[in-house]
Amino acid sequence: MNVTRGFTGRPRVQNAGLPPGQYDAGDDWPVLSAEVTPDLAPADWSFRIDGLVAEPRTWDWSEAHALPASAYEGDIHCVTSWSKFGVRFGGVSLDAFLDAVRPDTSATHAVAYSHTGYTTNLPLADLTGGRAWIAWEYGGRPLPAEHGGPARLLVPHLYFWKSAKWIAGLRLLDHDEPGFWEQNGYHARGNPWEEQRYSGD
Amino acid sequence: MTERSTESSTAGRRASAAASWPVAPFPAPLQGADTTRVAEPDFVPETRFAVPGRIAVSNRAAALWQTATLTEVRRETPDAATFRFAVPGWAGHLPGQHLMLRLTADDGYTAQRHYSIASPPDDAGHVELTLDHVEDGEVSGWFHTIAKPGDEVEVRGPLSGFFAWPGDRPALLIGAGSGVVPLMSMVRHHRARDLSVPLRLLVSARGPEELIYAREYGSETTPVFTRQAPEGTPVGRLAASHVAPLLGAGQPPDGWEAYVCGSNAFAEHASRLLVAAGQPVDRIRIERFG
Ligand SMILES: Cc1cc2nc3c(=O)[nH]c(=O)nc-3n(C[C@H](O)[C@H](O)[C@H](O)COP(=O)(O)OP(=O)(O)OC[C@H]3O[C@@H](n4cnc5c(N)ncnc54)[C@H](O)[C@@H]3O)c2cc1C
Repeated sequence: MNVTRGFTGRPRVQNAGLPPGQYDAGDDWPVLSAEVTPDLAPADWSFRIDGLVAEPRTWDWSEAHALPASAYEGDIHCVTSWSKFGVRFGGVSLDAFLDAVRPDTSATHAVAYSHTGYTTNLPLADLTGGRAWIAWEYGGRPLPAEHGGPARLLVPHLYFWKSAKWIAGLRLLDHDEPGFWEQNGYHARGNPWEEQRYSGD
Repeated sequence: MTERSTESSTAGRRASAAASWPVAPFPAPLQGADTTRVAEPDFVPETRFAVPGRIAVSNRAAALWQTATLTEVRRETPDAATFRFAVPGWAGHLPGQHLMLRLTADDGYTAQRHYSIASPPDDAGHVELTLDHVEDGEVSGWFHTIAKPGDEVEVRGPLSGFFAWPGDRPALLIGAGSGVVPLMSMVRHHRARDLSVPLRLLVSARGPEELIYAREYGSETTPVFTRQAPEGTPVGRLAASHVAPLLGAGQPPDGWEAYVCGSNAFAEHASRLLVAAGQPVDRIRIERFG
């Protein structure tokens, strides 16, 4: 252990919900996207799932909203060290979309991509079983553009760069392919509880 | 994941995917930076907008925590100071990259934050960071009130090739407050290597007192003062009138790669001005300090 002389840090909080190396950002919600926030109207938004599926499909805004509503209430964790507690997102469970396209048994991974061209890779298992959403509401209001509105992917049990803003689609694959930050040295899976920040962690 | 040399695999990709995924020309790796080997994806989405292409950097050094010894502290403004470290095993960086810094208390508690690297790559075995003193800041507070030469902290990096500038393309840099830090590494690199590619810096500060690196700027830089300015200089935020002369007829033949850094509010404002002035979105790289 390399103790820093004179560093005491903040009073220790016993917060079982805080993954290692994270701090509670309170009411702040930092924005860290690397590209220009796109000017994307709900009418121009669409979401597609293709690749290793029985029936590739594209949903527009109203078709996506016709699926059963589902909400996430809980915490989110950003790789830059902040966590945010008790957030509430509304949208549709990704399972509802995946059920419609019927993933092939050979599909193991997905690349999620944004209307900006941003990409991120995920194991398919992290996107199913009620653990991932397409979200368009935050705190009961439309999701702001800088936070990924009109709609973003939400995979709250992984670091938040996996929750692609301005989500445009998922391509299902039989192998893992690095996305935008993953090519830049970030971890392929990004589990905050195992502190998988950078490749090699 | 397969590992391939970028040099061969991206050439084909550039040709096949140029319409939806403009890949900027790949730089020769800088001396001091590691060789460039990364996994390349096969799937490239067709989308309406486009993010800028990847800059080839090494990701190998990122996993390792290294000891950084503070050797010098230089005051820049009432709220910001530069901290110079000796990091003997430093792998080298590209201007614009950042690192992760970690402080450890004696009970094992740690605090880690990202900091942009202010120094140019040629400063072998050393890195300089410039930190704002954030009110009640856990890490910046320690630096501004306790740190002194000889102290040791830990760093890992360099991180993220996205905001890196290899020195190979015209660069239009726009920063505010401590957002100028990674841009200064680019300015210093441009100067140290006597590079001939055009480089311009627009830097926003509240007033002359708050302008970080004020003494170092040359003709490449235009300061913008938002609250108070020296006699004869207008006061106001960064505006279309600052950006317009550098774009359109005023830009280099193949245009600029734009680098925007600062708070999220500033980054949104500056990137909108750039888009409005005709800068392509896939050539705007943004680093937001949160
Ligand atoms: C890529 C990147 C590059 C960066 N480069 C630079 C740079 O070059 N220079 C620079 O100065 N900064 C830079 N930053 C910002 C830097 O990472 C830190 O966020 C900044 O120094 C503040 O950290 P701190 O520990 O001093 O403050 P923190 O302790 O994080 O405090 C920040 C604010 O949050 C509040 N806060 C945070 N945690 C708690 C808590 N547990 N309890 C109560 N309040 C809390 C504080 O009151 C304060 O207002 C960069 C950020 C990024 C993402």
